[in-house]
Amino acid sequence: MTQPLTVVVLVKHVPDAKEERVLAGDPPVVDRSSGILSELDEYAVEAALQLTEARDNAEDRVLALTMGPAGAAGALKRALQLGAHGGFHVLDDALAGSDAWVTARVLAAAVERIARHAGAPVDLVLTGMASTDGETSLVPGQLAERLGLAQVGLASSLALDDDAASLTATRDTETEVLEVVAELPAVVSVTDRINTPRYPNFKAIMAAKKKPVQTWSAADLGLDAEAVGFAGSLTEVLEAVPRPPRSAGRIVVDEGEGGIRLAEFLVAEKLV
Amino acid sequence: MTTALVVLDTAEGLRRSDRELLVLAGGLGGTHVVVPGAPAEALLDELAGHAVGTVHVPAEEPGEGLTVPAVALAEAAARDSGARVVLLGGTPEAKEVAGRLGVRLGAGVITDVVALDADLVATKSVLAGGWTTRCRARSAVLVAALRANSVDLSGHVPAAAGRPRVRAHAVADPAPAARVVGRRALPASDRPPLAEARVVVAGGRGTGGDFGPLEELADVLGGAVGASRAAVDAGWIGHEAQIGQTGRTVSPQLYVSCGISGAIQQRAGMQTARVIVAVNKDEQAPVFEIADLGIVGDLRKVLPQAVEHLRKLRS
Ligand SMILES: Cc1cc2nc3c(=O)[nH]c(=O)nc-3n(C[C@H](O)[C@H](O)[C@H](O)COP(=O)(O)OP(=O)(O)OC[C@H]3O[C@@H](n4cnc5c(N)ncnc54)[C@H](O)[C@@H]3O)c2cc1C
Ligand SMILES: Nc1ncnc2c1ncn2[C@@H]1O[C@H](COP(=O)(O)O)[C@@H](O)[C@H]1O
Repeated sequence: MTQPLTVVVLVKHVPDAKEERVLAGDPPVVDRSSGILSELDEYAVEAALQLTEARDNAEDRVLALTMGPAGAAGALKRALQLGAHGGFHVLDDALAGSDAWVTARVLAAAVERIARHAGAPVDLVLTGMASTDGETSLVPGQLAERLGLAQVGLASSLALDDDAASLTATRDTETEVLEVVAELPAVVSVTDRINTPRYPNFKAIMAAKKKPVQTWSAADLGLDAEAVGFAGSLTEVLEAVPRPPRSAGRIVVDEGEGGIRLAEFLVAEKLV
Repeated sequence: MTTALVVLDTAEGLRRSDRELLVLAGGLGGTHVVVPGAPAEALLDELAGHAVGTVHVPAEEPGEGLTVPAVALAEAAARDSGARVVLLGGTPEAKEVAGRLGVRLGAGVITDVVALDADLVATKSVLAGGWTTRCRARSAVLVAALRANSVDLSGHVPAAAGRPRVRAHAVADPAPAARVVGRRALPASDRPPLAEARVVVAGGRGTGGDFGPLEELADVLGGAVGASRAAVDAGWIGHEAQIGQTGRTVSPQLYVSCGISGAIQQRAGMQTARVIVAVNKDEQAPVFEIADLGIVGDLRKVLPQAVEHLRKLRS
């Protein structure tokens, strides 16, 4: 039997994009008081589950990691219901306002701490392609940089070789489809093309209640308050304004001349 | 004068988005450029026209390492040039380089930048294009990824400067990297690249799979053809055409949305278009909330008529 595999999946708690999302306060931050597991991280959770299920080694571990406010426990809960074995929550008021630089720093410290906690090295870190609120796609690369691991960004397929020493992934660019290999340990961000995330069933929801969740503060990870949150961030938001509604918008019902109206509009707007 | 470093991902000809970076950098002060291989003669001439002082190149061909060679070269160039700001394009690949470079330089990274002023305050679109923020780096260096179609090129007059000097950097990088072991080129198109097209005509489930009328309109307008995820998932068009949260982000002068409902994930990729026109047979479709002109009707009738009328006006 091959060595057991430890996979860490990053899951972020974000405001539901179907609701009104606002930036408020000074400096402005996204209101995350209520939220869900970022939709794009479900693909990472599913990818982790499929990789380990394909190996069929009962010792393999899928561990979900989040950094966020108290509500982020909900994102972990969802990951546990989907099938992760344990959860880790970095929770600290001092973390509010963290930019990608700080987030990657905290998550890197947490991944190292998980390895010690689990008594096994982390073989693979899986992430979503972007958080649906931050939308920067910076965290996976920054995490790889900090951990000194190989990175595959935007994988649309992912497989491990037999002894889980390396992985093969597909990466789509605007002009090419690339086949990529990397030695483990590695950081891989996955796109929404990689799989179809499952829904938790009743049994899994009940089982999730018994799964362990470990909470750490910044200090537990060896980071002081000055190094995180607004204080530790390398970027700052000066101002945030909602996009003005397109109030001048005109609606024309096609009664046989819709195409002509369209063409005239383009001419009037000097777009042709 | 702010020294700016522009990181290009081509050593051949410049695309529109590359020129935007160069014009933005030129407006800030002295410009350095990084290219990933031996620069073509024509490229050096073009860079001279942008008053580029120095071009940083790798001493050796970078090989098949993913992302890391580009990061290592950009890092060497950033340190060598003493640039206050490093500018990259807005593609997913460029953003990856930006993120890792930021860690190496201890620099704040700002993505999805649509404007950057002389004080290096960036304007950035967030929350699926629903909000605009102004932000800046608190670090000595700013790394910024610019969204295509953000800089007006019309006023640019080529400089009569001499050719830039070329600096080679040996950048064997010890960081572990993934390797590219296979490549398949996607079929090339005669239309402009989606991300930097001035006009995008996009189709969704409402096309029923027939993109013909959209292609005709795109060709009359000199634009590119895009799609919603529903159209891509249906197999009607390649994934490279997808616009939205998990596809391309476009910011054209004109976006014509055809048979697309306008879900938040679709909006995320197109809401910063200057003018949005929507054609949808359902007057309740959310796309009409963001349209400058909405035509409630069947795209199979409206688009051909628009094409015919535009052709008539032209002749
Ligand atoms: C994780 C995730 C990521 C996603 N990423 C993206 C993304 O990147 N891009 C994206 O687009 N979507 C994305 N989506 C999907 C998104 O939520 C919508 O489901 C999708 O955009 C719908 O595509 P559509 O508007 O073409 O189809 P529909 O919602 O089915 O709308 C079709 C529209 O066509 C109209 N119509 C039908 N026939 C005609 C006709 N003859 N003439 C005119 N109008 C007609 C209908 O009235 C309707 O409004 C994502 C979803 C998830 C969960
Ligand atoms: N606070 C966080 N907690 C856990 N994972 C995160 C967090 N922020 C970002 N990530 C991960 O990094 C990915 C990219 O996020 P971003 O760089 O913010 O676009 C997300 O899909 C998550 O998997």
